[in-house]
Amino acid sequence: MSDAIEDIEIRLILEALHQRYHYDFRNYAQASIRRRLRQARQQLGFETFSAMQDRLLHDESVLPRLLTYLTVQVSEMFRDPAYFRALREHVIPHLRTYPSLKVWIAGCSGGEELYSFAILFREEGLEERTLFYATDISQDALETASRGIYALDRIKGFTENHRAAGGKSSLSDYYTTAYGGAVFDKSLKERVVFSDHSLVTDAVFGEMHLISCRNVMIYFDRALQDRALGLFEDSLVRNGFLGLGAKENLRFSRHASSFADFVRSERIYQRRDA
Amino acid sequence: MSAAAARVVVMGASAGAIQALTRILPALPAGFPLPILVVVHVPADRSNFLAPLFEAKCALGVREADDKEPAIAGTVYFAPPDYHLLLEADGSLALSSEDPVQFSRPSIDVLFESAADAFGAETIGIVLTGGNADGAEGLRAIAAAGGTVIIEDPVSAYADAMPLAAQHACPSATPLSLDAITHFLLEKVQ
Repeated sequence: MSDAIEDIEIRLILEALHQRYHYDFRNYAQASIRRRLRQARQQLGFETFSAMQDRLLHDESVLPRLLTYLTVQVSEMFRDPAYFRALREHVIPHLRTYPSLKVWIAGCSGGEELYSFAILFREEGLEERTLFYATDISQDALETASRGIYALDRIKGFTENHRAAGGKSSLSDYYTTAYGGAVFDKSLKERVVFSDHSLVTDAVFGEMHLISCRNVMIYFDRALQDRALGLFEDSLVRNGFLGLGAKENLRFSRHASSFADFVRSERIYQRRDA
Repeated sequence: MSAAAARVVVMGASAGAIQALTRILPALPAGFPLPILVVVHVPADRSNFLAPLFEAKCALGVREADDKEPAIAGTVYFAPPDYHLLLEADGSLALSSEDPVQFSRPSIDVLFESAADAFGAETIGIVLTGGNADGAEGLRAIAAAGGTVIIEDPVSAYADAMPLAAQHACPSATPLSLDAITHFLLEKVQ
């Protein structure tokens, strides 16, 4: 079993992080948070978690460095193209029936998924009537997302994904290259609200037609996943849609009965009526 | 080898993985008493071919792991391409998109270290054929937790680098041929 002292230290450092800085990782999935804390301890050069906790409490400059280890920021545009294809083919026709739409990208990371949605909705002629909410707990991520600039070497993969997702335009229509980066068209974020929001501690903020939250709840333990799913349930209009990551599943949640499979293979769910 | 009753088998393989696993997994009965978690290095193109391939050959249940899924005895769970697979202390599976470890996602080390944390001495870790050093640190962690540590015999392995690296990091590991590994696992059935 894992070292009993280390278990105590990990609980304490997460408690310190919460009480001192209001970042709440206490209900993150244990195996992975333990790994990332060990990485942080090693690379920040602390002998023990207790020593790291001491510095964290007394020296604010440790916080941002620790957070870079604790938040996982991995994404790409049109990641899992089949997901976006399924949205295009099966969800968009339903969304067309609404005069105005709200879409929430929960845990937007560096914005790759947000721009994928903005492009998808433009291609499908829904952008004008849609308001996008892009939220994350990381200020850095929100800044990256609102800049919308990605390294050129990532664009080839993004372009292939976009095509595989059934893209009706060319991805190059949406960016210009400058300073070694691809700068995505400002107009794509005209209808986007970027906001600091925590699925752990914050509440419902609007009535959504579609929520996409992919590979965010894999870092939560089951209790926290249930909290987030409850938040999504309360945020969705009746028959609103919830999209999860390719390997995430509602089967193990107590909210399972509130959602129906909509496109099962792509983990797209629909909020039930009652 | 440790005497503690085992609760999980974790395996890692890279080059030559399919042939090696084909010698072991189809030989195990549906009533195998432990869950088997497997990391195979595959390209991150997300095509899930391992689970269907082995499902057709095995009496065991075979699945690609879902996040938060309880690991059930008699079932093989493959790490999905482009995700790390971890074991939680409550016996459920967890996935993660954290950075690749030694260029690999999934990483054998990540699975093995999480199993050492979760089930400690009740873990059986097996490093099979492969051309890199993944799994070595993880096997050492399992040994340090008192678990059972096995490597595919480097002499007969398709690629010996991975078992050799594991042996170097974890000298207490027992080298066994693929057939001997299968027999060792079959002894768990009762």
